[in-house]
Amino acid sequence: MASAAAAGGYHVLTFSTFPSQIKGGPAWGQARISSEEILTPGDYLDVLVCQNRYAYDANLPDLREGGLVIYNSEEFELPDNSRALGLPADRMAREAGNPLASTIILIGAVAKMAGVSVEALEAFITKRWSRGRPGDEKIVSGNITALQMGVEEAAKTGLQLEDLDPAPTHDRPRIMIRGYEAAAIGAIAGGVEAFIGYPISPATTMLTYMEANLVGKDRFVGQASSEIESITALIGSGYAGKVTMTSTSGPGLSLMGEGLGLAWMAEIPLVVANVQRGGPATGLPTKTEQSDLIVAMNPGHGDMSVPVIAPGSLEEAFWGAIAAINWSERYQGPVLLLSEAAIAERAQDVPMPDLSQVRVERRQVSQGEQGNRRYAGDGVTPFPVPGGAGAYVANGSEHDEQGDTTHLPDIHVTMTNRRFKKLEVLNDGTFEAERTEAETIVLPWGGSKGSARAAWNELTAEGVDIGWCYTMFINPLPADLLTALQGKRVLVPELNYLGQFAAHLRSKGVNAEAITQYTGLPFKVADLKAEIRQRLA
Amino acid sequence: MAKRNPLYDFKWCPGCGDFGVKVALEQALVGRMAERNESIENTVIVAGIGCSGNMVHMMEGPQPFGIHGIHGRALPIAYGIKSARPDLNVVVVAGDGDFLSIGAEHIGPQARRNLDITAVIMDNGIYGLTKGQASPTTEMNVVTSTTRFGKLDDKLNPFLFYLGAGVPYLRSQLSSRVKDLASDIKEAMEYPGFSIVHVQSPCTTYNDTYSLLKGDAKKGIEPLAYPLGDDHNAEDITAAANLVRDRRIPIGMIYRHEGEPVAAHQRLADAKERANIEQASVEQLLTAMTIA
Ligand SMILES: Cc1ncc(C[n+]2csc(CCOP(=O)(O)OP(=O)(O)O)c2C)c(N)n1
Ligand code: SF4
Ligand SMILES: [Mg+2]
Repeated sequence: MASAAAAGGYHVLTFSTFPSQIKGGPAWGQARISSEEILTPGDYLDVLVCQNRYAYDANLPDLREGGLVIYNSEEFELPDNSRALGLPADRMAREAGNPLASTIILIGAVAKMAGVSVEALEAFITKRWSRGRPGDEKIVSGNITALQMGVEEAAKTGLQLEDLDPAPTHDRPRIMIRGYEAAAIGAIAGGVEAFIGYPISPATTMLTYMEANLVGKDRFVGQASSEIESITALIGSGYAGKVTMTSTSGPGLSLMGEGLGLAWMAEIPLVVANVQRGGPATGLPTKTEQSDLIVAMNPGHGDMSVPVIAPGSLEEAFWGAIAAINWSERYQGPVLLLSEAAIAERAQDVPMPDLSQVRVERRQVSQGEQGNRRYAGDGVTPFPVPGGAGAYVANGSEHDEQGDTTHLPDIHVTMTNRRFKKLEVLNDGTFEAERTEAETIVLPWGGSKGSARAAWNELTAEGVDIGWCYTMFINPLPADLLTALQGKRVLVPELNYLGQFAAHLRSKGVNAEAITQYTGLPFKVADLKAEIRQRLA
Repeated sequence: MAKRNPLYDFKWCPGCGDFGVKVALEQALVGRMAERNESIENTVIVAGIGCSGNMVHMMEGPQPFGIHGIHGRALPIAYGIKSARPDLNVVVVAGDGDFLSIGAEHIGPQARRNLDITAVIMDNGIYGLTKGQASPTTEMNVVTSTTRFGKLDDKLNPFLFYLGAGVPYLRSQLSSRVKDLASDIKEAMEYPGFSIVHVQSPCTTYNDTYSLLKGDAKKGIEPLAYPLGDDHNAEDITAAANLVRDRRIPIGMIYRHEGEPVAAHQRLADAKERANIEQASVEQLLTAMTIA
């Protein structure tokens, strides 16, 4: 239905989760359809479709006042059907001539009640199942009959939500894409050549996408035996001259800590996409949270500050992956692409990215000009690639200019300064800023961008005087953004207990206070609005 | 890169077995370069953490590339290098603690990938660098700083462990037999799959096993190490396993999987060829998602 609505020109956002229970657990999917650009999955449900009693009980609290319920009456019955419709969907599907079409019957009913164009759905069904195979026609006609049956049953009830506004027109072609696909294709656009990972929710999808799509000659995708293997293998391929990347989630990132320290210390370019889930240890594997920011910047022991880019939308997932690769190649070290379940698993319509804007950077390769003194100099220096000139030892122990181990105090000072100085080349991070003359500014990060922006839009429309700032370049932060925040009160909505981004901002001299939530779910716009109003009062 | 580096502040103790391994490795590399007309920069030494891993800084003569990473992870670093760059000659140097304790989990996966990597293991039955704690290959009942009442757990049999993990090429040698070790390492580098040269390389400071290995007729000590006879069929895994079950340490070619191995990156290239897949452009990948 989301695809059909998108085909009809509507904006759509879908999101689904499955608990880590392979068969028989509750599966759950959500779609939002709108004539306006969609910023969040939505605070409440207009229509709740449930196949069983469990789904009804679990999701009823999210149904808005005046919302409608459609349910499979072969599974359970509701006593009060004044705002609900029970359909014997399986039996009706058999009658329609396609026993597999029970979901389409329910979709027909939703479409009728929500005012989605039935013609657009029919056109979509015809297109979707006309695949040039024998029997296509029978399936198409069975599905259209099923759709009509659902529409008719809904019509009989007279239950109806407000009609959707007409679909907008678009001047650019649009694509329907998932968050992990956007990041993976961004990485391919950025020129990734080697991808080695270990399965973990919700980051596995990126590994499997790469396995299927990063396929040309000289490209390598491998499954390691642990995240310790994947990060150290990445160090090997980055050291050997390749653009290299992995995807993981919290527990994997923890295991990568020592390896990321090695990449920082030995100055090896690589990108780790960390898709945040909830909680420490195994935590909430299938839920969303933004609680890995501190560990992303400081994934291991010792003095280091790993650059972090945190996309807040699907378009930013694409561009952020390219930027992460460019940063790692430019400063010659590890970069964290910090995503989260709510971004990686969401599917949304976005304008086709303008590929003429893609800029790909590569590390400066040594031609032997500095001899074996790979680590000589203050800041970024040419990178010797094995097989070529400038043999040295890439060393995770403190080292001198050619990479030999040393414990001399002044060399540790020189080399530590060198490693931090290299970050200065990462000075091209962009940011959004609106109404910054206001005393208080909302500054979310990552996946909380959408809800915060929706709350900000509504609050300013309601006459609240509040500014907006946002960047996906979390570390290092754009210098001009820090300047713009001077003297302001900054409210930071973020999905964690500690207020991690607010603390990061405070360490840069910003007067930041966090608005936290740690339910494993994204912010509701209404909750954020209420909280911001209260802070302003 | 010891020669050019006056600041390098690590030294092996006098008599340390690793000196012999160093000379052998240098000779093997020089021999390989001459034979193949290959530059030294085509070799990467991946070092573990330990006295043994300091090899990468101690080597003299032509200087290969090196990477000295973190404790136990030399093998997966080598995996990343070799899968990215099959053209490089990748050699791991590590100790018994690095390779068989903290890094043991990587041996099985590496053996099954079977990339052309050679590991030279310096087994001294002790943690040298951290000043004498028990390692997996320390004999039972031996007193070390972490085993005051004698080592409680049994000694790991590294050869059985390797064979069980599927390592396809396995040699055993003594650090004192430099010439033989040099030719062993060179041959192992020629083997087109994963090869291990396991060297008894005594630690004179914390676990001096020279006399144990070589025996002492005067004290009536039978040598622990003995040369493998011609009658051993190295392509017979049952024979190899039976051979190494003994407490004594055979020196020679223990096992070589028959036939030529096929490395993971080659299997991947072949599979891609079979599936006839080409890399789609970014534009194609995105256009496939166009909303009709
Ligand atoms: C993660 C981690 N744990 C512990 C250490 C400390 N450490 C350094 S070397 C070593 C053992 C070395 O033993 P071995 O590999 O046998 O090398 P040898 O010194 O005997 O040659 C240990 C435990 C470390 N560097 N990193
Ligand atoms: S402590 Fe042992 S292993 Fe280390 S250098 Fe000295 S003799 Fe060699
Ligand atoms: Mg040792």
